[in-house]
Amino acid sequence: MPASAPRRARRSGPVVTVLGGVGLALLVLPLLGLILRAPWAELPTLVTSAPVVQALLLSLGTAALSTGACLVFGVPLAVLLSHSVHWHVVPRRLLRAAITIPLVLPPVVGGIALLLLLGRRGIVGQWLAEVGVTLPFTTGAVVIAQTFVAMPFLVFAVEGALRSADRRSESAAATLGATPGQTFRLVTLPLVAPGIAAGTVLCFTRALGEFGATITFAGSFPGVTRTLPIASYLAMNSDPDVAIALALVLLAVSAVVLLTLRDRWLPGVVR
Amino acid sequence: MKRLTVIAAAAGIVLLAGCAAPTPEATDSTAPDTLSGTITILAAASLTESLDALAAQFEEAHPDVDVVIAYGGSSALAEQIISGSPADIFFSANESTMKTLTDAGLTVDPTVLLTNVLEIAVPAGNPGGVTGLADFANADLTVALCDPAVPCGSAAQKLFAATGITPSVDTLEEDVKAALTKVSLGEVDAALVYVTDVKAAGDDVEGLEVPEAAEVVNRYPISLLADAADADLAQAFIDFVSSPDGLTVFADAGFGTP
Repeated sequence: MPASAPRRARRSGPVVTVLGGVGLALLVLPLLGLILRAPWAELPTLVTSAPVVQALLLSLGTAALSTGACLVFGVPLAVLLSHSVHWHVVPRRLLRAAITIPLVLPPVVGGIALLLLLGRRGIVGQWLAEVGVTLPFTTGAVVIAQTFVAMPFLVFAVEGALRSADRRSESAAATLGATPGQTFRLVTLPLVAPGIAAGTVLCFTRALGEFGATITFAGSFPGVTRTLPIASYLAMNSDPDVAIALALVLLAVSAVVLLTLRDRWLPGVVR
Repeated sequence: MKRLTVIAAAAGIVLLAGCAAPTPEATDSTAPDTLSGTITILAAASLTESLDALAAQFEEAHPDVDVVIAYGGSSALAEQIISGSPADIFFSANESTMKTLTDAGLTVDPTVLLTNVLEIAVPAGNPGGVTGLADFANADLTVALCDPAVPCGSAAQKLFAATGITPSVDTLEEDVKAALTKVSLGEVDAALVYVTDVKAAGDDVEGLEVPEAAEVVNRYPISLLADAADADLAQAFIDFVSSPDGLTVFADAGFGTP
């Protein structure tokens, strides 16, 4: 970009400022309302109560596991996706669509689909049931549901990094006799590390907030499948103060993860 | 994907099954019609089939009236009304939920119209071999209950307390229809739902009567809401569903009267 770009072009006009301001207000005010309406006096008791702690630990544990699963399967998938530029147009577009659809799909639909695939009478689930494995209503189902909705975030973050990485180093490594595995481990991975870190953060926060696919596929039972978002939703039925407290915990955890990881690990990648 | 569509369609048929019943004539179809406008009703999920049928009858008798009904867990609906969701009528699955609205000064003259009792729902063919309430304590079976925060869940909790059975539950669903869906999909071996839900579910679900359930009767109050847009119109609908013809539709669905 030329350094002498005219300054006036950078100044926002009144229409942009007003509309942008309304957009910002829509994003910020509801959260502000949540914070203002919070029962601050009872908050320490509410937040340390057994059901809240149980849901928090379950949420953190399952989100960590599903983020791990996303890394194990999502990084190789991102590599495949970045290699697909050399493929024929049809499989290339199909692959991209297959990864994009879960991203734009309402999570409840994902939950129904998972139930019909992996449920006791599901296409794959009935075989699993015969060998004594039933997934629905288990913590494993929560992890699968979270992985399903969160993985595309990681894949696209890593794929973006792979695309912008300088591929000549890889060619050089190959020329110098490195196997494809060595090249990936010693050259490609370090190159895309910032992209992986950014994807991991997105993936973890998305998994933490997962609701629709989880309640549909995994159900809701305290300590097993009732994660923070589900606990918050159900508490709204009986005790709004508890729901607000749970929502605040979720908001705080997400904010802390996003802020600390960004500053520490992702300088320059996510500004 | 095709399989998904087929099963989704099957679930839709289950929900629609209740609407297929023959419907009695509306009482005042001969009188000149002066009613017009929209009636918004928030109603317990267990009322879905019968109230949909009655709303269709009412709309047929009064072509200028539009009846809009949102179904859900009673407690969530009550919370929506307290938060200012515009509605004319609330039809709750228990009295304590209605009471939270009455305490907030939001109801006009709530009346208990119906009763409902719990029944065990099992998938067609009863794959878990469930015979009674005691089987809910069997950890090898997968069972669903409603969350204690909603009426069917609090009734289930009372029933288990009264019988001294400690259920080994796998999931606590957010409303009675969600619990029933898990049964019709065959994902759980048994769930405790209302008699009326088993009746509405059709062939996918079988019901097992629970003798002890007579001890825990859910009473369904209906009330005009204080903030109703057109109180006369809403009251006309309440009068219609409370009429002998209206109550017949509920009785056919398995509801009792107080």
